[in-house]
Amino acid sequence: MSVDPNEKPFLPRGVRLHFDKVRDDWVLLAPERAIRLDDIGLAILNELDGERSLSMIATSLAEKYGAPADQVATDCVEFLQSLVDRRFVELRQ
Amino acid sequence: MTANPPIAMLAELTHRCPLSCPYCSNPVELARIDSELSTEEWVSVFQQAAALGVLQLHLSGGEPASRRDLTDLVKAARDAGLYTNLITSGIGLNERRLKELDAAGLDHVQLSLQGTDAEMADRIGGYKRGFERKMAVSEWISAIGFPLTLNFVMHRQNLHQLETAIQMAVDMGARRIEVATVQFHGWAMQNRNALMPSRDQAREASRIVAEARARLKGTLVIDYVPADYHANYPKPCMGGWASTGINVAPDGIVLPCHAAQTIPHLKFDNVRDLPLAEIWHNGSAFNAYRGTDWMPEPCQSCDRKEIDFGGCRCQAMALLGDPAATDPVCVKSPRHEVVAQLAEGFSSSGSDELSYRAQPPKLEPTTQ
Repeated sequence: MSVDPNEKPFLPRGVRLHFDKVRDDWVLLAPERAIRLDDIGLAILNELDGERSLSMIATSLAEKYGAPADQVATDCVEFLQSLVDRRFVELRQ
Repeated sequence: MTANPPIAMLAELTHRCPLSCPYCSNPVELARIDSELSTEEWVSVFQQAAALGVLQLHLSGGEPASRRDLTDLVKAARDAGLYTNLITSGIGLNERRLKELDAAGLDHVQLSLQGTDAEMADRIGGYKRGFERKMAVSEWISAIGFPLTLNFVMHRQNLHQLETAIQMAVDMGARRIEVATVQFHGWAMQNRNALMPSRDQAREASRIVAEARARLKGTLVIDYVPADYHANYPKPCMGGWASTGINVAPDGIVLPCHAAQTIPHLKFDNVRDLPLAEIWHNGSAFNAYRGTDWMPEPCQSCDRKEIDFGGCRCQAMALLGDPAATDPVCVKSPRHEVVAQLAEGFSSSGSDELSYRAQPPKLEPTTQ
């Protein structure tokens, strides 16, 4: 299953963002996994709402951070693909 | 020694269980029912765990559903900020109880599978109609929408069901399946004749897993524990002793791994006597094999020493009588031939007779 920029990504039940107070860091908590997030990963995941498509999210992030839109879109697809493969992110049409 | 905080806690809420699987990971000397931590004591353990840095809480047993306060414990764990995972046989759960767990905030369910049909599952679990019950539980889990992992423990007698088990996980809508070849500690040590897979079976399991992982990418995540008696390198047990995981036994004893009590010289502390953080950082059992300083050769100069951490201390104890030795599963161990001989001998025993796990004693044994 490869990520299509027109699909709408979201965090499924059982996967959630959590602020780790002890380590002063954001983590993605999922079944049997805790993934430490860098600023970019966190920024992407914070945008997921299941309402907006991946390309809309990439446009909004590019504007917010003043980064080239196609670069942001590539980063988003790559990052989310790895999470989709592990079933930490789901997509709806 | 300053250690990083643990990420995961395994809370063995009770050693009571309706099943009596012959490879149960509980210690051979089970915690007495009247010694179990109370609800309030467990709640304090969860709060201390979260403050220490634990993110993931695995509620296990025995059968955790045998605790009547399970829902209260889940709620308290969520309130403490922990990701809560229920590791269950399904026996003792019904639709009402699962809905209560849902309301309490349970994050994830791991359902054990002893076989892919009633004949196999009920014989291995030692519990009649267990399989039928488990299938009903899986439907309630799916209807509520809990993320589900199936846990399939494999051994010589059920390895031929691996492909079916993977398909069952897909059909149930599970996101993950853990396919773990039986680990020989505790109860399983008494059943090596009946459970040891052959080398061919172990190889076939690896082939099936590799093929299924490629085919089911994005549908089902497969975590796989190969048959280590047939391996060349040991499993990185606990990701390194006392590095990421902490276990609490039903009576409050705190362990670096669930089998650690098989190492006779270790002294374990209890959450009834000391704060959890003190035990994690300064407990003698936690510091015994923490890091790499304790390692003998060939581990000490090995480029894999921070990949497999010398393997499993309990296995070195069980097979060589020395918990500080290199796990003999490793090809670099001077005693590696011991494992190969045992694997060959047990896997060709010709006996399928099982010795089942017992139930925990109710009262303190009387001294004569």
